Amino acid sequence: MKEIDELNMPDDVRYSDDHEWARLKADKVLVGLDDYAQDQLGDIVFVELPQEGDSFKKGEVFATVESVKAVCECYLPVGGKIVAANTALEEAPEMVNNSPYGDGWMVEVNPTDLSDMDTLMTNVDCVERLKGAA
Amino acid sequence: MKESVGTTGLILNEPLLWERGKKGRSGFSLPRRDVESCPLDGALTGEGPDFPDLSEIDVVRHYTRLSQWNFGVDSGMYPLGSCTMKYSPKTNENQASLPGFAGAHPLLPAALSQGILQMMFELEQYLAEITGMDATALQPAAGAHGELAGMLLIYAFHKSKGERRSKIIIPDTAHGTNPASATLCGYLPVPVKSNDRGILSIEAVSEVMDEDTAGIFVTNPNTLGLYEEDIRRIGEVVHDKGGLVYCDGANMNAVMGIVKMGEIGVDVIHLNLHKTFSTPHGGGGPGSGPVCVKKQLEPFLPVPRIVEENGSYALSNDYPESIGKLQAFHGNVGVMIKAYSYIRSMGPKNLKKASQLAVLNANYIKEGLKGTLHLAYDRPCMHECVFSDKHQMAQKIATIDMAKRLMDYGFHPPTVYFPLVVHGAIMVEPTETECKEDLDQFIEAFKTIAKEAGEDPGLLHDAPRRCKVTRLDETTAARKPCLAG
Repeated sequence: MKEIDELNMPDDVRYSDDHEWARLKADKVLVGLDDYAQDQLGDIVFVELPQEGDSFKKGEVFATVESVKAVCECYLPVGGKIVAANTALEEAPEMVNNSPYGDGWMVEVNPTDLSDMDTLMTNVDCVERLKGAA
Repeated sequence: MKESVGTTGLILNEPLLWERGKKGRSGFSLPRRDVESCPLDGALTGEGPDFPDLSEIDVVRHYTRLSQWNFGVDSGMYPLGSCTMKYSPKTNENQASLPGFAGAHPLLPAALSQGILQMMFELEQYLAEITGMDATALQPAAGAHGELAGMLLIYAFHKSKGERRSKIIIPDTAHGTNPASATLCGYLPVPVKSNDRGILSIEAVSEVMDEDTAGIFVTNPNTLGLYEEDIRRIGEVVHDKGGLVYCDGANMNAVMGIVKMGEIGVDVIHLNLHKTFSTPHGGGGPGSGPVCVKKQLEPFLPVPRIVEENGSYALSNDYPESIGKLQAFHGNVGVMIKAYSYIRSMGPKNLKKASQLAVLNANYIKEGLKGTLHLAYDRPCMHECVFSDKHQMAQKIATIDMAKRLMDYGFHPPTVYFPLVVHGAIMVEPTETECKEDLDQFIEAFKTIAKEAGEDPGLLHDAPRRCKVTRLDETTAARKPCLAG
């Protein structure tokens, strides 16, 4: 597993306490798992995504990810309606490991309240928090 | 360390039966036809299934070899935490094969099944006595089925009072099946965190317990191998708001004859006969998960129930409030006979001693390994102890690597990555049936592995090396499963 210094935590996304990331894309928000989460989970073998049109509040479970080690639930960092789900992950769940901020994105959300983004951490805060926990 | 249990012995390869077979071979000879040949109805004929032609020795060698690749409690120590892989005494098998038991048919009338019914009736009473409860139902087919039965009983209890409650409290040290069973029964699981001592606090339960909560689903001892010290007062908190206490009795092996569950506030508990009561398990074999209840839940137990009158036994469906039938016929009767045999051959004193030795063995391993492995909660444990890979992570050695390497030393790995509250958990449950010499050898093997982690980590990353198959590619197996032969 990676040391904290080895993690890839880009500054163009915001991070939740549960290690989902959110990236503003016009008026929509793209969501996925961050490098820390994918690294801790290990090889991901299955991703269960919501349907387009489903609505979730901030912090509600929107997806389930299964790795060889564990099954974990993913919490939506920004409340809203799912406008797209990355169904390519059903066939190629390894994209979450290989490209967590790129091809491994999970859902696109039409946010109910964009200010949810302000409650999320920057990459610097997120790394600081990890160091505090370690 | 001295010579290890695991070696690379005479490990034989074995082809698939289809590759072994040859057209025209047969396992037995049919007698000559002594009636006129007669055409079959066209609807009954056609291409047969693709079965290989095999002789008897082909089949015997095939399955014997496959069985030799296997590892079971009969081959060595199997410290799989939470599973109680104790040795299953062979006398249990002898009793279950008695012709009166083995030849009995579930459709025989009660008058011709008195032996089996008496055995089941007495087993119900023994289990009630061991748990300190009032009544037992033997139907559930295994632990999770027992959990579902328990949830249905709790639902029926509230319904009989004209109530509909929607939630169940479930600690983070629960077995994964607990929230699943509650959800299957229509309840919303409400998670509650264990405290810094690894057990539930009264405050945490008080905070979430309300009049819409049907009860709490607690495993005691919990999955950290720790006894829930405040269970009695937690039970009071739940009862005060009209809820019930469900105990997952999967860890009963720590407290047989020691804790009377009925007296510490438990209203319903399931047992795993295939764990605590020494019936064989693993490999998907049949289990049995009886539920024991307090008097107030008895009217709701599944039917048919076994009733006794003047020394004769019958099945009765005359329980209008029953949750109904849960399993075909009488449940997994063969498993019940083996558990009955175990209870009778042990007796009350030795059942208690078995639990004491199970706890002693786990504490012996905990003390023996606590300098080598990080111990999640450094306090006396019950029948199992939970370590983690925290010390080894600096060398980039994870739990999985050490678990795989243990196989090279001839031990089945412990449970890994469970319970979830311990990161990289290594959960060891030796059970009472391992002798001190075997425990010492297990401890020594783990110490050797920890040393290897520092000196030659590659040994661990590639492990196992001495087994029939080496490190499996679990990722590809899960992503692209090949499900055909």
